[in-house]
Parts: sequence; structure tokens; C-alpha cells
Amino acid sequence: MLSLPALTSDITVSVTSGTKLTESVRRPIEPVGKDFMHHATRTLRNHTWSEFEKIQAEQNVQKVDESNVDPDELLFDTELADETLLAHDARDWKTADLYAAMGLSKLRYNATENQIIKAHRKQVVKYHPDKQSASGAGLDQDGFFKIIQKAFETLTDKNKRKQYDSCDFVADVEPPKKGSEYDFFEAWGPVFASEARFSKKTPVPEIGSLESTQKEVEQFYSFWHRFDSWRTFEFLDEDVPDDSSNRDHKRYIERKNKAARDKKKTADNARLVKLVERAMSEDPRIKMFKEAEKKEKERKKWEAGAAARAEAEAKAKAEAEAASKAEEEAKAAANAKADKKKSKEAAKAAKKKNKRAIRNCGKDNDYFGDAAQAAAIDEQISLIVDSLDDEQLVDVADKIKADASAAKAVLAEAAKGFVESGKIPASLVAYFA
Amino acid sequence: MSSPILGISFGNTSSSIAYINPKNDVDVIANPDGERSIPSVLSYVGEDEYHGGQALQQLIRNPTNTIVNFRDFIGLKFEEADLSRCSAGAPAIDIDGKVGFAINRGEDNVEKITVDEVVARHLNRLKLAAEDYIGQTISKTILTIPTDFTDVQRDALTAAAAKSGLKIVQFINEPSASLLAHVHAFPFEKDVNVVVADFGGVRSDAAVIAVRNGIFTVLATAHDAKLGGDNLDEALIEYFAADFQKKNQCNPRKNARSYAKLRSNAIITKKTLSNATSATISVESLADGFDYHTSINRMRYELTAGKVFSQFTQFINTTIEKAKLDILDIDAVLLCGGVSFTPKLANNLEFMFPESVEILGPQNKDASNSPNELSCSGAALQGRLIADYDADELKEALQPVVLNTMHLQKAIGLLDAEGKFVPVILPETSYPVQKTITVKNAKGDFLIGVYEADSKIKETTVEPEAKPESEAEAEDSEEWSDDEPEIVREKIYEPSTKLIELGIKDVTKGLQIIFNINKDAVLKVTARDLKSGNVVQGHL
Repeated sequence: MLSLPALTSDITVSVTSGTKLTESVRRPIEPVGKDFMHHATRTLRNHTWSEFEKIQAEQNVQKVDESNVDPDELLFDTELADETLLAHDARDWKTADLYAAMGLSKLRYNATENQIIKAHRKQVVKYHPDKQSASGAGLDQDGFFKIIQKAFETLTDKNKRKQYDSCDFVADVEPPKKGSEYDFFEAWGPVFASEARFSKKTPVPEIGSLESTQKEVEQFYSFWHRFDSWRTFEFLDEDVPDDSSNRDHKRYIERKNKAARDKKKTADNARLVKLVERAMSEDPRIKMFKEAEKKEKERKKWEAGAAARAEAEAKAKAEAEAASKAEEEAKAAANAKADKKKSKEAAKAAKKKNKRAIRNCGKDNDYFGDAAQAAAIDEQISLIVDSLDDEQLVDVADKIKADASAAKAVLAEAAKGFVESGKIPASLVAYFA
Repeated sequence: MSSPILGISFGNTSSSIAYINPKNDVDVIANPDGERSIPSVLSYVGEDEYHGGQALQQLIRNPTNTIVNFRDFIGLKFEEADLSRCSAGAPAIDIDGKVGFAINRGEDNVEKITVDEVVARHLNRLKLAAEDYIGQTISKTILTIPTDFTDVQRDALTAAAAKSGLKIVQFINEPSASLLAHVHAFPFEKDVNVVVADFGGVRSDAAVIAVRNGIFTVLATAHDAKLGGDNLDEALIEYFAADFQKKNQCNPRKNARSYAKLRSNAIITKKTLSNATSATISVESLADGFDYHTSINRMRYELTAGKVFSQFTQFINTTIEKAKLDILDIDAVLLCGGVSFTPKLANNLEFMFPESVEILGPQNKDASNSPNELSCSGAALQGRLIADYDADELKEALQPVVLNTMHLQKAIGLLDAEGKFVPVILPETSYPVQKTITVKNAKGDFLIGVYEADSKIKETTVEPEAKPESEAEAEDSEEWSDDEPEIVREKIYEPSTKLIELGIKDVTKGLQIIFNINKDAVLKVTARDLKSGNVVQGHL
């Protein structure tokens, strides 16, 4: 083991300047072996050492990817799961763990027929008495091999495998201990998964997760409440004597077996019912749904009292609305009054403007060429203007504004109207008559 | 799937073939006679051709038409070849300046075949055996050759292989192939210097190879064309012949047939003695109608062949000296070739080397049980490896620019707490290279001093302790007590040049130090705190 001297001074890197490696010698190397080929590649491609190592590593990875290992092989046991099996009495093969004997202890009831055949072949090659005797064991020490053969016989027969799987208690998953803290789905998932193997109906609903809907959860539990199991306990039967000498005894044993089977089946069903009940009582989703239901109820109760509350609310609202309406109306009235006054004043101003326009029209039109009669014209126009009512005033003013030259005719027409109606004697408006 | 690349180890005495089977294991292929080590012998009787063990048996009855020990003749001129080695079989003749053999194919029909043709026929037989075994046609091969084969010999081999329908994708050196096979099965934990000693039937080769990061560099090679398993046979034959002569007053050495008979039986006895402590030899009508039967134990055999055994160890010693190394620089000796089966060889080596050196022979639990199959296994492994590369890539990889690499000449390492040098990168390491050392549970502030160092052999003389002994024992032990002072030799490193010093503070949970030398010989040392990931880095 190499030990380095401790650092005494404060050096990080110090290169003795001017030193060189002793002059090298050129020699041929032997062109053999993979290391030479690597050297050749490095030299020819001009790779540095680390570049080359990187390339090699990549190639190695590819090689591993390419190598196709039988995926089944990976699932088999590499070593015997239970060493005591080797010493197990072959006559008691029923008590042995047949899956472990076949090297299928990880797969158990999930093993496909193909996998069983493959595993069996593997075990036979390994544990055949001929092979074993080569390593010192006697040819008569074939107990384990017999167990393997029995296991193969049992597991490849559909009916026998069902019977064995029924009694394969190793594959049962125990529910979590009562009162202990655990994650519901982690703890109960495998329990239900292992129980599901006995279901006659498939597919079996999954336990789901915390996000499952109420409907899913209800379906799950209703499935398990009405679980239809094919589990049988024939495998545990006492062997029925084969000899025909004592028929009564045979029948007695058969009866006894049947009774035991039924009893076990009932017990198993009861166990399952209890199990499901417990799971349901501990399911956080069920608690969640119950709580949600309670809240919903409270909400409904609250809704029932809503009518009265709504009435009172409506009343208050109406009152408030009325008050605001009155206020608005008062405001509007005040506004209208002010508007009226304003329009009146505007009308007055317009009237004055019109009147002035008419009165001035004589002067503006140079008294229609009769400047001598200016005073008379002005007097007569003012008389006409005073006699004009509001409508006529607007009418006349508009006409004069539109055509100043026609002012005389317009005024004459208005004067004629007044003379005819007798409002003004013709003498007073002689100029326009 | 394309047909595998065959690994062929073509020896003078015997050849082996191997391939990597679909399970990725090395499979040494046996010929239809069940021989995994196939004798490199061809024999002709009339129209029939015999190969391997069957041909070897013909050596007694039909020596003039049986060709043995022909490999080393390939590509050589007639004058250059050492023809004495095939004296047991068909005599070599000169065909167009090449070595050849005149074979009687019956009824005065003499066929003259050159050694190239013989090699082609031999390779073809090996190919057929492999095809028989694998069930696929084979077209590519990797051939192992001794390190001293010339380019002419390589070309001649390529041509001969092409004639038998084999394409040689690569020649690899026998010691490298053997070492590759050994490393594949029993990887070295650290960088080592290994002597690969290949003791064959008629020749011996040795190479000192530095293994650095899985890359092999041959530091020195040695060859001895006159040392091999046959020398052991000779010693044994001589012993038996002398014994027979004493018993029966007739000399079996004079008669070629008697000699051949004795030889084939002596070989069997030798092989038996590798596995058992005693063996019998029994030859009917060895000479002048006298039968010969006797038993010999291993001790007697080892004494008889003692001189040859010491030659073997001496040969290894010379090789190490050639590499300018000391015995202490060697970490392991890998034995290959048929002679390696002999337990005495490993025993002698264990005696010669210090205990730290591993003798990787068939008796060692960390080495292959069949040293004669190492070289072809290595070739097969190399074949499997290059099967993943296409021809252009391979050609590029074998360019001199890749092969000739710079090698460090001195060790680079650190000083530990006691001021001792700890080598991290050993001499003869080719670069670019990267080495990582991890100091677990390091806590506190540390100084990392990086030095270059020379290795030295330190010799200390230890005076034997004067033991106070009781008189009775003293008398007894006087004869045995070694009064000579014992010399203890050890290999030590002396730091010579200080290169870099790094200081790292507040290490809490282990430290990782990475040494990196890039292709321009720039040393970079990085210290990294494993917990906090703090990095201190320095480079030359």
C-alpha cells in the first residue's frame, strides 16, 4: 500500500525547469493482441488517451445493448431461494415451496407456462442426479430433483396449478398492522393485487389513487364486497387411500376432506369480507367522500333558509331603489325648470333678433329705392313687426334673410294679410298695400 | 457467419491448429487421428500419402519416403540449409537451388518435390483437418513463425499457403503468440518482463518480452538450432543402446532400422516420464532378433540427460544477458514447446531464478497445461481479434509508423513516505501511455514528487550467523553449515532526476494520480481528490 509524504511547504505545482525525460528509444512492438490494435487506432486516428477511452466506453455500452439476454432468464432466481429445500423429504413434496424449487420464487402465480418450462429445464440441468453425483453426491440423493419433477408436473397442469396456487400462502400479502401508520395505497395495493388472483371475473378493478372519483371507489368496493373467488383448498386434502380394500374408510376420508375444504372456503370468504371491511374503514377516500357529503348537506340546509333571506333582501333593495329614484326625479325637475327658462330666454332673444332683422330690412335695402319715404317705411315696418305673431315673425324673418331683395314683397304680403284680416287698417300700411 | 480465421502453429517437429469456437473459447483442433499436436511429417507409400502420426510411424519401415523436419528449409538456398536435421527421414536433394526430396511413388516412379510443395501439402492437410472439425471451409489463417524468419522465408510460406488455398492474413512471432495465449487465460496483474522460452523438437527459441499495458515489446531473442527435445531423445537412446549392448553384445546404433525403432520407443518413454516417475521401454526384435525390455525411473533419466537440461537453462540465461537485463529484472518465464512438459526443466529454472520469478510451465497452476498449444492458441486469438477489422485497417495498423514506437528508457514514479522510489511507469514502456494509481483512504495534505529513476542491483553480503548449538548437533551440522558468506542481491531504484512536484491539500477520501505521456513525450501528472474532485496538474 502506497503512502505519500505529507506536504511541508506551500507547493501546488512545481516543475523542475529544463528537465526532460531521458531520450527514448524507437523499438518495434509486437502486432498482437487487442491492446496493440487499440494502440494502432490511437496512432492512426491521432486520438489522445482520454478521447480514445471515451470512444471505447461508448462502444462498450453499445455492445451491452446489443447483447440480447432472454428477458425471462432475468426473472428467474439465480440461486435457490430456500437452501433447506435441498434436504426436503421428497415424499413430503406438498409442503415444499414448489415455485422456489423451480427457481420461480419471484414470479409465483404470475409465471407463464413458457417460463415454467424454461425454468424447469434450467433446474434439471443444474440438479439432475447425474450432475450432482459428479460433484460427489450419491446417485440416490435425488430428493430435490424429485421435488422439481413434482413441481413441474403440478405447475404445468392447469387444474393442479389452480389448486396449488390456492394454497400458495407465500404469495399472500399481509395487510398492514392495525393501528400502525402507513400509506393506504402502498400498503393495501399489494394486498388486493394478491387477492385478485382468485377472482373469477376479470379485469379486477384497481385500488386507484387519492384522485380516484367517488364512482370508481364505490365500484371498487362493491366489486370486492361481491367478490367471486375460485380459491379451493383441495391441495391440502388428506390423501385418499388408493386401495380398494376398505371402501368405507375411503369414503370417510373423502367426506372428511370435503368438510374440511368447505370449512376452509367459508373461513377464507369470511376473511376476505373482513379484510375488505377493514380496508374500507381505513380508506382515506371514503373518509374524504363522507366529509364532502356532510359539507354538501350543510350547504343544502343553508340553501333552504335562503327564501326568507331573499325576501328581506328584496325589500331593502326596493326601498333603496325608491329613495334613489325620488332623488333623481327631483333633480331632473330642477334641471327641466332651468332649461325652460333658458329656452324662453333664447326664444325671446331670437324674436328680438328676428324683429330687428325685419325692422332693419327697409334700411338695409335702401328703403326699396324710396329713401324719401324712409320714416314712413320704418314706421309701417315696425307696425307690421309688432302685429306679427311668433310663427309669422319667424317665417317673415327667414324669407327676408334668405332673399333680402324680396323683403318688400314679403312685407307687402304680410301687410296685405293683416289688412284683409282687418288687424291693421290699410291706411296705416299704405306703402306696402 | 463467416468462417473463422484459423491459427496455425507450424513447427519443425509438430504443428497445431486452433480456432475460436462460437462460444468464444479457444479450441485446439485434433486431426482425424485425434492428435492435437500433429507431427509435421509426410510419408509416401506408393500412391498413398500419410500425414501426422501415421507418417511418423513410417519412419521405421520407410524412412527414405518420409519427410521430417522440413519447416526451416523453406525459402532457404540449398547451400544454406543444415541438412543433417532431416537425416532420419528422406534425404534432402538440390532442386533448382532449393531444398527438395526425392520420393519413390512406386514402380520406379520417383517424384521430386521441393520443400515449398511439401509445406503446401502439409498446410493443406492441416486445413482439411480443421475444415473437418469445424464444418466450414477455411480460407484465412494466421501463421506463427520464429522471430528470425527472413522476408524471403515469409514470402515462400505465403506462396505455399496460397497453393493450399489459405490466405495468410498475418504472420506473428511464436513467442508473442504464446504470450498472447497465456495472457488471455492468465492475465498479469501488473507490467512485467517475461522470458518466453520455446523448446521444440529440434530447435530452441527464447525471447525477452516486456509487457506494458498489454503491449508486447521484444527486447531480445535467441535461437539455438541444435538444442531441443531431440537432444533429450539422443541421451535416452544412448543410455538404452549402451544398456542393450551390454546385455546382448550387439550394437543397435549401427542398423538404421534398429535405431529408428529405439528412437520411436525412447520418445514414448520420455513422454511417459514427464507424467510418471517411472516408465518401461519394450522393443521387440530391436537388433539381431533380440528383444529389449527395461524400465527407467525419472531420476535416472534426469541424470542421463542432465547435460541437456543445463543447456536449456544456460540458453535462457544467455537470452537475458542479450537483453542487457539482470535475472532480477525478470518477472516470469513462460515455457512453451513440447520439452516444457518435462518437470526437470521447470525445477532447474526455479533453482536458477529467485523466488519472485514465476516459472509458467505446465506444473504451475497459473499457466496452461499444454505448453505446446500456446502458440496456435495465440494465433487463433489474434485471428478472432482481427476478424473484426477489415483488410485496409489491418494493413494500416501494421505500418512501420505504428509498429515502431518510442520506448521510455527509465522508470518514472513517485517517492513514498519513507523516501523510497515507487515505479509507476517502467522502462521499456511505449508511449503514448496512461497509468492511474489510486491511494485509498488518503487523508490530509500530500506532496507528490515525480522522479525519473535508474534501477540498480544491490549486493549485500550477509555473514552466516554463528549459531550457539549443542555439541551433538554441532558435529552433525559442521559438514553442512555453509561457511561461505551469503550474497543477497536485490533490485533497487535510485531516483535520478526530479521532474515535477505537486502539492495537494485537504484530501479527505482517497487520491488518484494519473500519469500520462503523450506521443511527443510530454509527461503530465494529474492528482485528483476523489471526494471533492479537486485537481492539481503539472506537465513537463
